[in-house]
Amino acid sequence: MSATLSRQRKRIADPAFRWFVTLAGASVFVILAGMVIRTTNDAWPIFQYQGFFSFLTGDQWLAGSSRTDSDFTGTYGAWPFIYGTLVTALIAIVIALPLALCVAFYINQLAPKRLRNPLSYSVEMLAAVPSIIFGMWGFFWLLPNVLRPFLEWLESTFGWINLAGWKPFEGPVFGSSYLAAGIVLAIMILPIITAIVREVIAVNPVDQQHAAYALGATRFEVMRKVVLPSSFSGIVAASMLGLGRAVGETVAVMMLIGSTKSWDGSLLSAGDSMAAHIAARFGEATPETTKALMAIGVVLFLFTMIINIGARLLVWRIGRVSGDAAV
Amino acid sequence: MATGLATPLTPHGGRRPTEGAPVVFELGGVNVSYGTHRAVRDVSMDIHEREITALIGPSGCGKSTVLRCLNRMNDLVPGASVSGKVAYRGADLYGADVDSIEVRRRIGMVFQKPNPFPKSIYDNVAYGLRFGPDRLSRSDLDDRVEAALTSAALWDEVKDKLNSSGHALSGGQQQRLCIARAVAVRPDVVLMDEPCSALDPIATAKIEDLMQKLADEFTLVIVTHNMQQAARVSDRTAFFTADTDSEGVRHGRLVEYDATEKIFNRPADQRTEDYISGRFG
Ligand SMILES: Nc1ncnc2c1ncn2[C@@H]1O[C@H](COP(=O)(O)OP(=O)(O)OP(=O)(O)O)[C@@H](O)[C@H]1O
Ligand SMILES: [Mg+2]
Repeated sequence: MSATLSRQRKRIADPAFRWFVTLAGASVFVILAGMVIRTTNDAWPIFQYQGFFSFLTGDQWLAGSSRTDSDFTGTYGAWPFIYGTLVTALIAIVIALPLALCVAFYINQLAPKRLRNPLSYSVEMLAAVPSIIFGMWGFFWLLPNVLRPFLEWLESTFGWINLAGWKPFEGPVFGSSYLAAGIVLAIMILPIITAIVREVIAVNPVDQQHAAYALGATRFEVMRKVVLPSSFSGIVAASMLGLGRAVGETVAVMMLIGSTKSWDGSLLSAGDSMAAHIAARFGEATPETTKALMAIGVVLFLFTMIINIGARLLVWRIGRVSGDAAV
Repeated sequence: MATGLATPLTPHGGRRPTEGAPVVFELGGVNVSYGTHRAVRDVSMDIHEREITALIGPSGCGKSTVLRCLNRMNDLVPGASVSGKVAYRGADLYGADVDSIEVRRRIGMVFQKPNPFPKSIYDNVAYGLRFGPDRLSRSDLDDRVEAALTSAALWDEVKDKLNSSGHALSGGQQQRLCIARAVAVRPDVVLMDEPCSALDPIATAKIEDLMQKLADEFTLVIVTHNMQQAARVSDRTAFFTADTDSEGVRHGRLVEYDATEKIFNRPADQRTEDYISGRFG
């Protein structure tokens, strides 16, 4: 009896497959660790030379030309690039998220039935357009035709605003600027956020929506009080994906931000971002500068990590507060 | 019983239509289409105040569709359209100046699957009271919530845990919570689409008792798959069936509508008799 139940064939494929997938899984950690260690290791002398804190906050970036791990001659304050990354990504997400919610809501709830599929395919297609194309379109068409006049209008209307010394719309207007880059980034991340949000709200269980409708809720109330709260974690995930793209975006920002090393707080002035600066300077870098660029890379990596952890915490907290527990 | 069945098949609950009860809904030649599919055709019936009207019939015969006409939930189905006369207390429910939001505040609905919100019991019941024109004070809100839970025969079971989640209740309690939520806005009519089909017999019996009590206050229209239930709880019963037209399109039709006691003891139509005696294909 027991003989028939014991293994009849040798299953070589099984253990082999197990090993293969285990290796594939482990490679995630290997790659991550390898990248972090290698980059940090290369950047380390710079942090030692400059001091980590003054690397983050200094606003002078003067590349040196040492060929060794010592005798550095440059000054490395990455704040202008950090500021550029932060500001452009924030502008992008602040513009893109509400728009994405509206577009997704329109496609799911208001658009005529025959428009829904074409609309959502188009959004998904836009999400797949390479960023260089957004960059070119932004630089050659949007900037001269739309953004420049808009920035000039902002400058002449809101140029006077002064928030404790920070003048966000102070001139002069050159065109290429934090705001121009941020707006193009917003357009760039809009489709991906919309596509995810649309999917998240499309799979929202209808029975609670029906319950609200049956109590006399309007479409807007159902969206705001039923669909959005229960889609919250999906919306956060979509935003973080968009934010991550905006923070890491290189080429489109490079084309629109103006690439200056000087730092000026005004959103209308030109600057640079971490990713754009690395990409622009890598080719001509001396060994010393290469290390400095690696150091920017480490900071950029820290940023994306913080965004990810922040997203998880947010989802986890909201999940605990509003999930199945009482509100 | 001369023309009917030798013995009643189903114990009748004893409810009878009230003589001269005002008409709440008047349906005349109602057709409902989903896209090009004319799913329900030519339904005419009157629904009376403070009665329990049961809609029965085989699956797909259009019971839910007809029920959703009564509070304009069909508006939410893309492509659905309603023609014919649907009058609510004498006014055309589909008239140009009628606001479907207002309609649904007057005509509440309870669904097949209990669907409380992922909120506290209190917030579930207060949900419909918190939007719309009238903003209630906290103590008024408390009173309304208690009254609604009492009407739904749930107050004693939940009064000590109003702040715990509605999802933490049993299925039958959840369904009564949904009934409380629907009656909290003091509707005129409560529609129920197979409210007991997800529940066990004891929870079902509780909801059936509850329906009897609610009928003192509200007009109830219920859809049920369960003929015994229709016989036990309702005043009038409408029997629908699915027909096939000359082009082979299946559609729902109202076969017979009468006092429940008559439908179950002396049905006028052979198809009704076949259905309630279980001879239906
Ligand atoms: N949302 C919808 N879209 C398209 N067709 C629908 C929709 N809802 C119902 N129908 C069609 O209308 C007809 C009647 O359906 P309905 O759900 O009203 O039947 P029912 O009597 O409630 O059935 P059941 O007892 O299974 O709930 C069916 O042919 C069904 O396919
Ligand atoms: Mg149904």
